[in-house]
Amino acid sequence: MTNAQIFRTQEGGKIDREEKISFIFNGKKYYGYKGDTLASALLANGIHLIGRSFKYHRPRGIIAAGVEDANGKVQLSRNNISEPNVNITEVELVEGLSFKSQNCWPSVTFDIWAINNFLNRFFPAGFYYKTFMWPKSFWYNVYEPIIRKAAGMGTASLKPDPDRYEHRYEHCDILVVGSGPSGISSALAAAKNGARVILAEDKPRFGGSLQIDEVTIGNKNGNEWVDEAIAELKSMPNVIIRNRSQVFGYYDHNMLVMFERCKDHVNNSEAFTPRERLWYIRAQEVVLSTGSIERPLVFANNDRPGIMLSSSAREYLKIYGVFVGKKPIIFTNNDSAYETAIEYKNNGIDVLIIDTRNNSDSGIVNETKKLGIKIKFAHAIANTSGYKKVKSVTIGKLNKEKNAYTKLEEVKCDSVFVSGNWTPTVHLASQSGNKLNYDTNTDSFLPSISRQDETVIGSANGSMTLKESLKEGFEVGYKLSKKITKGNIQTTIPLSDEKQLGDHDKFWCMPLPTNKNYKRFVDFQNDVAVSDIQLAVQEGFRSIEHVKRYTTLGMATDQGKTSNLNGLQLVSDIEKKIVPEVGHTTFRPPYTSVTIGTIIGREVGKNYKATRKSPMHTWHEKNKAVFVDAGLWLRPRYYKQNNEDLFEASKREALNVRNNVGICDVTSLGKIEIKGKDSAEFLNRIYTNAFLKLPIGKARYGVMLREDGIVFDDGTTTRISENHYHMTTTTAQAANVLSHLEYYIQVVWPELDVVVVSVTEQWAAAAIAGPKSRLLLSKIFPSEEVSNESFPFMGYKEFKFKETTARVFRISFSGELAYEINVESDFGLQMWEEILNLGEEFKIQPYGTEALSTLRIEMGHIAGSEIDGRTIARDLSLESLLSEKKDFVGKRSLNRKAFTDNNREKIVGLVPIDKKTNIPEGSHLVLDKNASLPNPKLGHVSASCWSVEYNNPFSLAIVKNGHNKLGEKLYAVSPLKNVSVAVEVVSQHYVDPEGKRVRS
Amino acid sequence: MLEIKCPYCGRRSQNEFSYGGDATVKRPKLNKDISDGEWDEFIYYRKNPRGIHLELWHHTSGCRQWFKVKRDTSTHEIVKTFMIEEESQ
Ligand SMILES: [Zn+2]
Repeated sequence: MTNAQIFRTQEGGKIDREEKISFIFNGKKYYGYKGDTLASALLANGIHLIGRSFKYHRPRGIIAAGVEDANGKVQLSRNNISEPNVNITEVELVEGLSFKSQNCWPSVTFDIWAINNFLNRFFPAGFYYKTFMWPKSFWYNVYEPIIRKAAGMGTASLKPDPDRYEHRYEHCDILVVGSGPSGISSALAAAKNGARVILAEDKPRFGGSLQIDEVTIGNKNGNEWVDEAIAELKSMPNVIIRNRSQVFGYYDHNMLVMFERCKDHVNNSEAFTPRERLWYIRAQEVVLSTGSIERPLVFANNDRPGIMLSSSAREYLKIYGVFVGKKPIIFTNNDSAYETAIEYKNNGIDVLIIDTRNNSDSGIVNETKKLGIKIKFAHAIANTSGYKKVKSVTIGKLNKEKNAYTKLEEVKCDSVFVSGNWTPTVHLASQSGNKLNYDTNTDSFLPSISRQDETVIGSANGSMTLKESLKEGFEVGYKLSKKITKGNIQTTIPLSDEKQLGDHDKFWCMPLPTNKNYKRFVDFQNDVAVSDIQLAVQEGFRSIEHVKRYTTLGMATDQGKTSNLNGLQLVSDIEKKIVPEVGHTTFRPPYTSVTIGTIIGREVGKNYKATRKSPMHTWHEKNKAVFVDAGLWLRPRYYKQNNEDLFEASKREALNVRNNVGICDVTSLGKIEIKGKDSAEFLNRIYTNAFLKLPIGKARYGVMLREDGIVFDDGTTTRISENHYHMTTTTAQAANVLSHLEYYIQVVWPELDVVVVSVTEQWAAAAIAGPKSRLLLSKIFPSEEVSNESFPFMGYKEFKFKETTARVFRISFSGELAYEINVESDFGLQMWEEILNLGEEFKIQPYGTEALSTLRIEMGHIAGSEIDGRTIARDLSLESLLSEKKDFVGKRSLNRKAFTDNNREKIVGLVPIDKKTNIPEGSHLVLDKNASLPNPKLGHVSASCWSVEYNNPFSLAIVKNGHNKLGEKLYAVSPLKNVSVAVEVVSQHYVDPEGKRVRS
Repeated sequence: MLEIKCPYCGRRSQNEFSYGGDATVKRPKLNKDISDGEWDEFIYYRKNPRGIHLELWHHTSGCRQWFKVKRDTSTHEIVKTFMIEEESQ
């Protein structure tokens, strides 16, 4: 195909005509130029039909040139990656793009669902609520699939996103959002006065309205002034300036969030260039120069392709060198559309202006008349025709009341440029908490009092002339920067010249021709027409928030940028109220669609969270450890030998602990150093059991409660010297226990002389457990005395290991004779390897968390699955640790009625009656597995294992009145796994109930 | 995301801190004989004011100090922050 850009101008625009770029739309190849958007490239080729509308599947085209466009959503493929709902007005043309229409089947030109358009009486306001109400069971099987298929927006890729996204944090004195005349001038004024400024522009080019308006600033035309100002800003070290950067969220304490497009517009990007970068910007002051968006007019069949906002038509002409049409009609209620008329006329295109006003005598209208452009005042477009593109319009002369036409005539055309005046873009100001006020001059909502340190300027603030915008910009930039920098450098406001515009007509919704019920669309993206809003009000919806939800007005991804005010105007007209009484709906972030990948940034896959590894991790890796996440830690779950699975390996490892000796990496257990002369008193208050008289060189098991009496954590604490303790916590609660201790030290009992610090990462820890562990210990520390008498259970010793000192605790989690050896982390690997070497003669084997669990479960030791935030000490058979003699954290709660109830759940053991069937964790315990539902629940299974001691399954469970149920038969039922197991209730202490082994 | 001035470290983003509840709640003294009602008040009952609220925050990803924040719950404005031992006026 040739380069048939038949709607391209001969010259002009900011595109690079030297660089031709091909693209594929709906399977056909076209060309555009570097600097085009997908939208401008399509229009250059005369293509207006982009997709089908959401509800009625009506043909739709581009209505705008920026983020406000409501129709131009496509499925875009780039390097074999397909992305849905892409806004073609925002994507810059590069090589290798292929995109297609959405919401149509089998093709955009012939769409089966367009029958909805003829069945539209079935699609009134609230049609989802009305049609798909009942029966409930139809939702999942019938209604939802139908709605999803019919709604059929784009298709999300199921593949992982191959792109890289980054996050950046930045602070500045002044963030300026939008680089129109007011934005640039405030950034200039502030930066020259020494402030650290960030200027953000969402489009590829800076300048906002200055790019398309014919104005002069200080003897330069608008474009030149922009180029010079931007160059100057870029040269200043205190300025960060970003184009293609959309500030989309305004949060508390002047935190704004912006995404920057870094990659998609570059043809051959460098490796590691992120696709987009998310900026978190904390600004002392925020200047919102977000401009304004042209408002459409509402008239019959106003949604045909080729009908576009008039300022957007001018933007396509001036920036992209594209005629949106060669026979356009301009339809307006104000003067700004005349600028488009003049621009087209100057490019050799004849236009006809339809103006709803009775007359206008402004400078620009007179200039238009002088150019010989035909104007029809007091006229409106009563209807349009043309299926895939507008072909003609029916023009009517409005009667005096403007509610009917006195005369209709048909005029041929190939495009209609519409202007209903301007809507200030107040989204960010509103997000910040600025209460909007209705302004009757602009007929729009304007910011009033700022809640945060934000200032709205330019047309976003209703200042519609260039002169006002520049003045506001320079003054605000100077004033805010002076407040921050105390500088006093004031930039002179340049003189400017612009076209003089008059008043607009307060009239947006055109009457229908007599006896016609054509659709007049208010919200294009969600297909909401005047009749829908009328129906909603007629059905009793009064609050604008309700009308919005019932009709879905303004609820599409464009967030009603072009439809909100027309909708409000309509509701107020119907209710005979003024707009401020109707109020406005709430603006919420994000201002425009943001890619999920951008929000997530680099926190994907293994970078989702930090990974903590013990100093022995490399050894585990080399020795076929299969790892498991334990909080942030990666811990060996088991060490695989040959073709073992988890079950076989963990059984082997656990059995070897019972028979010989095993070694387990317990570095991840929380370790807290406690020092200070009141440490003993402090521990005595924190733990439920007595700690005042713990001798030096002894460890003690302790339980901590929350103030509400629930068990919080358990662990051992060892007195290393008079005022020095070493506390261990569970892996899971390590951070919470530290915060808990700090709270009591700093807030509750500041008079105590105690300090705590986490030393989890300072110490590498290995547990050696099993009947042969003492023999092994004597090999590791050959010159030390390790007999049962000199190093008894719960004893603590410091032994020399190489050139460091090891802290050795005789404590046990496995129920076997066991020791925990701690050395400074740098010696961890050396210690581990040394123990394994020396242990070879005792058949030492490493064991992972699975075997560790097996060993603790069959011993009846509690862990996180029993300390589940619901259990109290008595439930867990820990009542002997509740001191009667002293007060402690949580004690006062223990006499609560519910906590002293004898029927409370208690920890017990369970053995399957057949001694074979595994009992799934989480199973409910019931008396009768066949009882009618709801079957009374007696308790649940908290932890299960295969007892290596007895070679049959064993579980811990928490059962109502469990201590009186020993010997009873219950059923463990797991509806999820469709399993029910007959079990016998036994003691929680299945192995060595007297605890002889640990003391041997 | 709030910006909170830690009395020890200065202004930092909220994600460095954890919230610790009403700072005016005082734990009853140990060994003090108090009624169930008083204890319940301490454990469970909290005011939920619209407006100024004195609350505890913990600089968990910073200096690990607990401190007091006077915050307006309707606007999130932070009036002032105090060390624990400071009078919070
Ligand atoms: Zn701090």
